[in-house]
Amino acid sequence: MPVALKSNLCCAGVETHCGSKLLAGYRPPYDATCVERLVAAGAVIVGMTHMDEFGMGSSSENSAYGVPRNPWDDARTPGGSSGGSAVAVAAGLVPLALGSDTGGSVRQPASLCGVYGLKPTYGRVSRYGLVAFASSLDVVSPFARSARDLELVLGVISGADERDSTCQPLPPIEPERPAEPRRLTGLRVGVARPYVEAAAPGVRAACDAALARLAQLGAELVPVDLPHTEYAIPTYYVVATAEASSNLARYDGVAYGRRVTGDGTLQGMFAATRDAGFGAEVKRRILLGTYVLSAGYHDAWYGRAQRVRTLVREDFERAFAEVDLVAGPTSPTVAFRLGERAADPIAMYRSDACTVPTSLAGLPALSLPAGFAAAEDGRELPVGLQLVAPALQDARLMRVARALEDVLDAPARRAPAFGGAR
Amino acid sequence: MSGLVREGLEWVSQATGTRWVAVIGLEVHAQLSTRTKLFCGCAYEFGAEPNTRVCPVCTGQPGSLPVLNAEALELAVRAALALGCEVAPRSKFDRKNYFYCDLPKNYQITQYDRPYCSGGGIDLDSGRRVRLERIHVEEDAGKAIHDRGDATLVDFNRAGVPLIESVTHADLCCPEDAGAYLAALREILVYVGASSADMEKGELRCDVNVSVHPAGEPWRTKVEVKNLNSFSNVEASIEYEIARQVAAWESSDPADHPVQETRLWDAGANRTRTMRKKEGEADYRYFPEPDLPPVSVTPALLEATRALLPELPAARRARYQRELGLSAYDAGVLTAARDVADFFEAAARLSGAPKDACNWITNEVLRALSGDEVAATSVDELPMKPHDLSELIALVRGGTLSASAARQVVRAMMQSGKAAGELVVELGLEQVQDDGELERWCREALAGREAIAAQVREGHEKALGALMGPVMQASKGKANPQKVREILLRLIQEG
Repeated sequence: MPVALKSNLCCAGVETHCGSKLLAGYRPPYDATCVERLVAAGAVIVGMTHMDEFGMGSSSENSAYGVPRNPWDDARTPGGSSGGSAVAVAAGLVPLALGSDTGGSVRQPASLCGVYGLKPTYGRVSRYGLVAFASSLDVVSPFARSARDLELVLGVISGADERDSTCQPLPPIEPERPAEPRRLTGLRVGVARPYVEAAAPGVRAACDAALARLAQLGAELVPVDLPHTEYAIPTYYVVATAEASSNLARYDGVAYGRRVTGDGTLQGMFAATRDAGFGAEVKRRILLGTYVLSAGYHDAWYGRAQRVRTLVREDFERAFAEVDLVAGPTSPTVAFRLGERAADPIAMYRSDACTVPTSLAGLPALSLPAGFAAAEDGRELPVGLQLVAPALQDARLMRVARALEDVLDAPARRAPAFGGAR
Repeated sequence: MSGLVREGLEWVSQATGTRWVAVIGLEVHAQLSTRTKLFCGCAYEFGAEPNTRVCPVCTGQPGSLPVLNAEALELAVRAALALGCEVAPRSKFDRKNYFYCDLPKNYQITQYDRPYCSGGGIDLDSGRRVRLERIHVEEDAGKAIHDRGDATLVDFNRAGVPLIESVTHADLCCPEDAGAYLAALREILVYVGASSADMEKGELRCDVNVSVHPAGEPWRTKVEVKNLNSFSNVEASIEYEIARQVAAWESSDPADHPVQETRLWDAGANRTRTMRKKEGEADYRYFPEPDLPPVSVTPALLEATRALLPELPAARRARYQRELGLSAYDAGVLTAARDVADFFEAAARLSGAPKDACNWITNEVLRALSGDEVAATSVDELPMKPHDLSELIALVRGGTLSASAARQVVRAMMQSGKAAGELVVELGLEQVQDDGELERWCREALAGREAIAAQVREGHEKALGALMGPVMQASKGKANPQKVREILLRLIQEG
């Protein structure tokens, strides 16, 4: 089975540069646990894919090595940060690819490219060998062309790993095998009001249609409020940048990666190496993260963000007291044009409005191809429906996606030949 | 900086007559005696080739993750219990962020606001108690080497080695307190097996905080002193700082007054010098380590550790004097190392003769270990076991073996590990009890020593000693001295 890897998953002896100039030529001395397990199960690693530098971005444009394009329209982004892996699956180059999802970095590109993407429960897949962006949010996450393929790959890569202390001591994820796989009778699905309201009309319509199919299969739809959703993006950008500022401190030119000597002093070498090696978005987030952890600001920013993170988590706890799944659009819009949001970080950050809350809560979430919506130029582009389950109920997501797969048209449609759509 | 006279715990300025007192606190890093590092499987070895004891985790390779070494936690808990600390059921690790080339990740995993234990302390022989504020577990940094040409070299072997950092309250009053505290701390850590605490190998490192103020006045600015790699350096640096700070405070120019700073001890020059002033103090941006779950110390682990804790040296010393009637000096010698004390106790119990066991160990065993007549360097390595010594003591007490013959047997036991009885036969050292043979040796000794015999006859029994020597010599130490004595007396009276 050919598999592509996002360039932040360590593959022994293979350049793993994380989209960064700083790690140009960096060949890890070891395999990530997920890579080791895939290879042991017979997978063949066929290549490393483009990404936003260290996972920081929602369009894959923040890469030092070139920008992947959406196979449905090559003037548009495939999303990010795992854009390259999404493209590889959507264009039919590989049946499976791994990415990493910190705030939506697999689900959003899956949505924009019309493929399946699943962010498992935090702690269900080992992070050993995933180059850290934000340790408390990062999750190794697969892309596939079907829900069944997601089940297969998760059965291989998930499960306990003694090299990652945040990985839960549980066996691999087992698929649910209901007696009537095409019936969802009794399933209560909470439609996430804030996600729906954030979505563009076409996206909303496509999601509504898919939800109607869910209801036809027997599911009961009820609205859920998730009242702290609007605070999720700012909270995420405090927590994630704080952790990133520390995680990325190791890139100093001493032991590996690129080194720029600078003025010859130690501090000079650190500064010159990091100045030349990191791109603008990475520097912006390191600065933000350093600021929110600084003495005098720590509690107002980092401390408060942790408290809001708890509120976001409690939103879901309350919802899951009533429903079995939460559903809504994965991305507020279809794929946007390359360059469209590159100059406006806040607009770019909002791309993840519907995916960041589940990352903060550590919950499993799946994006499936729900339908299509017209972009401003009339072009039909994929729309993803996001399903969110309670912690550790990853299999439930895939069971429901399997049932929907059979009744939706979108999963069967293939992207135009790579670059041929224009 | 002269003109300061020590009177007890005060330093009297000859210039002003002011009586100054010192306030001292210590921060001690001790390396835990684990088989592997704190967060990876590398085995550290002092003096190994640079960068040969490393892996992706301890060199901070991208994507690597720390996993807490359970043995490190166990040893840390052992140290905490031995020091009377309260162990927290839950603690956590934090990241301390700063850039330096010897720190692979440019953050150190340590414990900031929720260390694994607090409280506890050590009672000094002076009667003063040094209270501990806290102890926490953290990883060591690597080693930057600046003196090999233009380049700075980095050795990551030490990176990730487990340390416990213990912080005292400012309860120490003089340099000797610091020395006594360190010696006691070191003894306890070694005793419970938490650390080998060898300062020369960097297994025990001490930073000192010192301030001075006139007696009865509030405390003043404290100064931190680093780079102290021996007990004597610690004491000398405190002595130096007290004198330096008093002189600085007594300067008429306020600009000369001590400032909050970190100073380095220069052992060559016997002085401290400024390393960095505090105004540029680093902001370490501590936050909880997201790669490690909180640390739990269960009541079960706590109890299991407590049950395995040996009796501490101070308690042992007191018990040896109180219950076994040993002198303070002997009790101190026997308890200085745990294996010696354990050996002693076993031999004393088996033989029922603690004083004899003490004498054999302090006179013969420890002397042999410090020399090179035996291969072993510690009691544990000796082939001779406590039951062997106990058997020897019984042979001496039963009259089978003379003291000088027993010494030969002990030495042979320490080399071969053979049983005492076996060696007595092998070396032909059984005491000669045969009266005929003893009498022959006695007659030989008396021949030509009529003057000594006369003295004995006049009541000077001590003169007998001059006749015992030749008999023992002739018998190669095998003659039973009690019997020789009786025979000599009889022959002289008969004379």
